[in-house]
This record gives sequence, structure tokens and C-alpha cells, in this order.
Amino acid sequence: TDTSTRATMAAAARFLLRGAGLKASIANVNIGDQSLFGITLLRLSPNCSSQTKTQRRNAAHFSYHPDPVPTEYGPTTKMNLFQSVTSALDNTLASDPTAVIFGEDVAFGGVFRCTVGLRDKYGKDRVFNTPLCEQGIVGFGIGAAVAGATAIAEIQFADYIYPAFDQIVNEAAKYRYRSGNLFDCGNLTIRAPWGCVGHGSLYHSQSPEAFFAHCPGIKVVIPRGPVQCKGLLLSCIADQNPCIFFEPKILYRAAVEQVPTEAYTIPLSQAEVIQEGSDVTLVAWGTQIHVLREVANMAQEKLGVSCELIDLQTILPWDTETVCKSVAKTGRLLISHEAPITGGFAAEISSTVQEECFLNLEAPIARVCGYDTPFPHIFEPFYIPDKWKCFDAVKKLISY
Amino acid sequence: MATLNSIKNMYGICSHVIRQTTGLRAAKLIQQRAFRVNGALRQQPFDSSEEKPQFPGASAEFIDHLEFIQPNVISGIPVYRVMDRAGKIINPSEDPQLSKEQVLNFYQKMTLLNTMDRILYESQRQGRISFYMTNYGEEGTHIGSAAALDPRDLVFGQYREAGVLMYRGFPLDLFMAQCYANVDDLGKGRQMPVHYGSKDLNFVTISSPLATQIPQAAGAAYAAKRENTNRAVICYFGEGAASEGDAHAGFNFSATLECPLIFFCRNNGYAISTPTNEQYRGDGIGKTGSTLFCLGSRQLAFNLNNRSVCVRCEPRILCRAVAENQPFLIEAMTHRIGHHSTSDDSSAYRSVDEVNYWDKQDHPISRLRHYMTARSWWSEEDERSWRKQSRKMVMEAFEKAEKRHKPHPDLMFSDVYEEMTPNLVKQKEAMWRHVQQYKEHYPLDAYAK
Repeated sequence: TDTSTRATMAAAARFLLRGAGLKASIANVNIGDQSLFGITLLRLSPNCSSQTKTQRRNAAHFSYHPDPVPTEYGPTTKMNLFQSVTSALDNTLASDPTAVIFGEDVAFGGVFRCTVGLRDKYGKDRVFNTPLCEQGIVGFGIGAAVAGATAIAEIQFADYIYPAFDQIVNEAAKYRYRSGNLFDCGNLTIRAPWGCVGHGSLYHSQSPEAFFAHCPGIKVVIPRGPVQCKGLLLSCIADQNPCIFFEPKILYRAAVEQVPTEAYTIPLSQAEVIQEGSDVTLVAWGTQIHVLREVANMAQEKLGVSCELIDLQTILPWDTETVCKSVAKTGRLLISHEAPITGGFAAEISSTVQEECFLNLEAPIARVCGYDTPFPHIFEPFYIPDKWKCFDAVKKLISY
Repeated sequence: MATLNSIKNMYGICSHVIRQTTGLRAAKLIQQRAFRVNGALRQQPFDSSEEKPQFPGASAEFIDHLEFIQPNVISGIPVYRVMDRAGKIINPSEDPQLSKEQVLNFYQKMTLLNTMDRILYESQRQGRISFYMTNYGEEGTHIGSAAALDPRDLVFGQYREAGVLMYRGFPLDLFMAQCYANVDDLGKGRQMPVHYGSKDLNFVTISSPLATQIPQAAGAAYAAKRENTNRAVICYFGEGAASEGDAHAGFNFSATLECPLIFFCRNNGYAISTPTNEQYRGDGIGKTGSTLFCLGSRQLAFNLNNRSVCVRCEPRILCRAVAENQPFLIEAMTHRIGHHSTSDDSSAYRSVDEVNYWDKQDHPISRLRHYMTARSWWSEEDERSWRKQSRKMVMEAFEKAEKRHKPHPDLMFSDVYEEMTPNLVKQKEAMWRHVQQYKEHYPLDAYAK
């Protein structure tokens, strides 16, 4: 892994934090007066606004729309996504004395601020830095979980999870099975920042969920916003299986909404129908949900097409029932993800739906994904499956 | 400053004496310090404006000339031993003074393992089990180290540590059940033979990928430390596995996170066909450890073919590991007398003479037998009757295991996750629909119903 780029990213994260004058407190998180709707990274980065136009980063390719304020879990506070992660970790450390959080640079608060304040509140034996070694981090986490602790490991970027691939695929995923349930590492959760970020290039942009989707024994979960993030992360931590939790890093600051301060869970392996519709089913996860939400609005406005939008949330084991039920109703399916198309998780969804809903399908299933290239730096706007690419796919689905 | 320099001079003068009494790490530090002082003496005996290095990455003095630190591989870390090949205690003050019962127990566990090895090796040759790995020549490392542990200490192994389980009382029936993958196998028949595990005996289930257990052991030791129950963790691995990145990870994590952990390296000279000179160029694994991280003041390579050595020394190190929350490394020098596994013919890459030497002249079992015989604790008659009895015990377990059914095929689908996922329920049902329709093509009779 590349220390220099990571150090740069870390420095950038710290600079952004200071520049924005954001002070995250765990118990009570305040975001300031940034607009609730359509917050973009650009607006949240004051150091960018002074730069000339050609030097500006690309504007975000989506608009974030907060979820309705959840009422069933008690009092809420305005949080962005990184603060909702902190809140989930805070709840866990408070209720589970065995829980420990570790990884590269988590002690001072993490390069994305997800662990700010936790070390001071819970002690340095519970929130600590490890040596810079991903295979060690995951192996260490497995061992702690085997010995009965709740282990929450952080991999600094999903792009750097591959050195731990062996520990995840050969060890974590197979621990319970191979021992006949004598031993397990079900108390292990691996969190990692995920997805494109506008300028992350090859190694700060990746979406590696499909690599893990081929591995029985682990769960892979990706939230679309702060409310889902906290609820799903707490479910991962509580779940008695090793989980990988990918946090869309472009949403860390951009996504802001009211999040319950107390612990709550959102069930794993359940997709959520965010918007009901009758003509086309749109399936995505993470940031891409917000792209497809816009596409659904565009389709309604420009084409009079009614889209049903589904957030898959859990990649493995995934909710076939909700997706197939929707496609049986609409007869058309578009799946979209940032990751490259070949071997991407859309292929799995597509072939399953084709098997289950053959008689209902009125058009070939569409996959709008990243191209089969490494994730590029300056070409990111052309690479990502943005709303125009998805909109065009809807148009073709309808006119098939 | 004058005081400081005189202290340094003293270090230089006394370093030889101190090295005799201090551990190697400390000796190395002093050596370097002495070296620096000598250099300074040659060029500038006294400098009141001396600068101290302020680098955060290391605590060291400046030196003013270029000198590479040469690894000493000719005369490496000495191999500690308590008795010679004839079973005679060399230094009485190091005699562990084990009781007759203890020694007999060690001997019987080592030879029982040896008997089981011979029978299961043969059974693989006859195609009765699919695979096997013997422990020939390394029985002493297992029994000796296991005897030094508290039964609550968690064991992470590689695959050639069956003697640890044997010492902890794992029944012959369960060894056999695992190799035969029958209904009695605690692992439900899912892994290859010799991948043992026992929750009750705190022996974490073996897996094939090498060295993955090393950072895991560090994590488990960290959790044990936080539990504050005085439990330690021991982690076994071969010298070949020590080349994996996971070994580097585990050594480093255990040191920086201060884990009560014993790393136990079985350096038996070979990783399948690869001799150690193609595995590393330093002074074995002990030195690798010492350059990677500080293991504390005591780093010794143990000649554990001399079994009682281990029992003499390891409790001390274990106590320290627990008390100081510090990892320790034991490199047990030994020799893999058997083939790597039943899928390997070691005569393709090493001489029969070499193997014969270790088997006939320097074997942990024969050495301990000499020790016992010299004390009249063991006679020819005892040997004959124990050989007969242990063979009978193994054969009984063997025959019983062979007759048992394989586990129910449903067990192919459980424990993938804690819960049975809807997807797996569907696949299980689909399998049964298929198998019912084509049952003549599947070995259903061999499996539990």
C-alpha cells in the first residue's frame, strides 16, 4: 500500500476539518448551517472555492436527499455520515466492554474523523493504532473475535483491503464452517471507506464488493446515508458473522440528516424499496442510490415513466425476494454500480432475476456500471455511471 | 556530560562482562554503544558540544564513519540444551527435576503419538484415509511445550502439533474421527485430515493456509490481556511459514500492542522440499524476531529434540509473557524425519543418511528413553508392554472410526453463517431433490441418515 498518498489524504482530511471549523462531539453533533438539500462536496470544502475554475475538483455527481426523520428510535441529532459512524461506535463501546476499535490512525480520530473522541472517552486499550499492515489488522481482529472480544477493524481505504484478502476469504469467512462451529469470528466487523470521491484515482476510489460477494461466510453491507449507516453498522457489529461494512466516503460530509442518538439496528439482507413505481425497477447501493433517485425523477418528468427505486443495502447475502417481487411487477430492471461491469455484482442480480422472473421480463436487464478499466484520475466524470448514462438506459428499457 | 562519557567508557570496558550476564538484546545495545565509544576515542576523545540524534524513529547515537552491521550467521544464537544425546543432564543447575510420573507421562504421550502416526500413515498408503502428516522427530517440541502451558492457554497451531492435543488429553477416537471425517468428528467432516480442533482443550482448529494463525494469535492474546484472566496464547509455526507476510504482521503487532504471547517456531530444516538456505539467509527465525521487534532480554534457540529442555525453560518465559504482556519467541531446532506429508516423497530432495542420523542417533523419544533408563524408571519389559498396549489402543480407535458413518450431508450447508440463509436453504433442498432422483449415483449408504 502507498503510504505517501495515504498520508496526503490524511493531511487533506485534517485540513478540510480545520478549514470547515467543524468540531465533532460524540454526544451532540452539530453540523452548522449548511443546506439540508443537495449538499455537495464542493460546497463543504471551503478551500476549494478560492481556487480558479480549472483547478476545481469536479462537482459531485449526485445530490443528497435526507431520509425522513426516524421517529421510532427516540431523540435524533443532525449528523453527517462520519458522525453517524462515530455515534454507532460510541454506542457499541458504551454497551459492550469487550469491544475494541483498531486500525491505521484511528487513535487521533481517523483520517476521515470517524473515531474522533472515542479514545479519550473509552481508553487507549479500546481504541488504538496498529502497525501499518492490513493482513495484520484483519488477522488480529479475527483472533480477538475468536477469543470472545467484539473486534471492529478499520481498513483505511477499501482499495487497501486486498492485502487482507487471504485473512478475509480463507480465514474469517470459513472459521465457523471448518471448525464445525467450535470456533468462530462472528464478532468481527471490518469497516472501510469505499467508492469514488471525485479525485481519488486508482487507489482511493474502488468499490471491491463483488470480490467479496463470491465468498460464502461473510456479509457485505453498504449504506446510502447516515441513518442507514448507523443502523446497519450496529447490525453488523451485533451480527454473529464476520461483516465487511463499506462506507461511501463521498458521503462522509455530504450526507446530513437527523439520526437517532441511541442505538438501533436495521436488518441485514433486506433491501429497502425507497420509492414505489410501476414501469421500471432501479437497483443500486451506496452513493449510486442518490444518482438513481434523480434518474427516477428525470424519468417521471421527461418520459412519464414510473420507477421503483430499491436500495440493496446488503450485497451478501442479498435480498433476492424484494428485488424479484419488484421486477415481477414492473417487468424491467436496471442495475447500476460504480464498480467495473465484468464480474460486478450486477451480473449476479441480473442472472438471478432472469431465472426467477423470466416470464415477467419485457426487456433485457440493463447494467449501467463503471467501465472495465482501473478507476482513472482526470477522467472520473466520464468513467462513473452518472445520471445521464442511467437515464439513457431507462429510455432504452422503456422503448425496447 | 563528563559523567555521561565516563559511563559510556565504563560500558565499553565492561561490555564483555555484562554480555555474559545480560540477555542478547541488551548485549547488542551495549555492543553498539561500546563500538561508538571506541570510534570516538580514536578520533576525538572529548566533545562538550556533542549533538544527540533527535529522530523519532530510533534511539541511537551518531557515528562518524560508515559501517554496515554484519549479520552473524556463522556463529548464531546458541542452541540451549539440558541433556545430551545419551540422555545425560549436562548442567545440573538446569535440571528441571521432573518427577518420574511426569517423565513417564511425557514419554507415553510422545510414543503414543508416534504409534498413531505409523498406523495412520499406513492407512493413508492403503487408501483408507485421504491424507496424513506425521510428527516424526518433533514429538518433543509438542509434549515439552504443552507441558509448560496452563490448560487454559489458547493454542494456535499450524498442523504438525498433534502432540499438544495428545498431551491435553484429546481422545484417540477424536483424532481418528477427524482423519476419517466420520459422524464423531467435531469438525463435521469438512476439513482434510490432521486439521484438528478442540474447544474444550482450547486448541483452535487448524487451517491449511500457512501463517494466518500468527496475527490471529496476537489478536487473541490482546483479548486475553484485556480479560485480565492470566491466560497466555501460544502460536506454533514452521520455519517456512515464518517467511509469510502474516508472520511479519504477527510479530510486529504482538510487540507494539504488548500481547502475552509465545511464538513457537519449529525449525525442522525443510518446508516441503525447500531447505532453510532457500528460506532465509539470517540466523534462523530467532534472529528474524530480534531484528523485527524486541522480544525481551531472553532469546534462545532451544534444542527441543532434547525434550526436557522445554519443560525446564518454558514456564519461566510463559510467566513473563503473562506478567509483562510481552511476546516471546522460541525457536526449536529440530529435524523433520518423516516426509512432509503423504503426498510427498522426501527422498527426492534429501539423503537417506541425513534422515537416518536424526531417526537413529538424535531422536527426542530415544533420548528421553535413555534418561529414563539411566534412572531405572523404564525397562525393556516396560517398553515392550507399552508398545503393545499403545498399539492396541490405537488399533481399537482406528477400527472403530473406520466403521462409523460419514456425517449427514445436510451438514454441508450449516455453519457457513451462524444462521441458515434462505439461499442456502434453497440450495440444500435442490440438492436433495436431485440426489433423490439420481440416488444410485451418490454414496448415500456411507452417510448418516
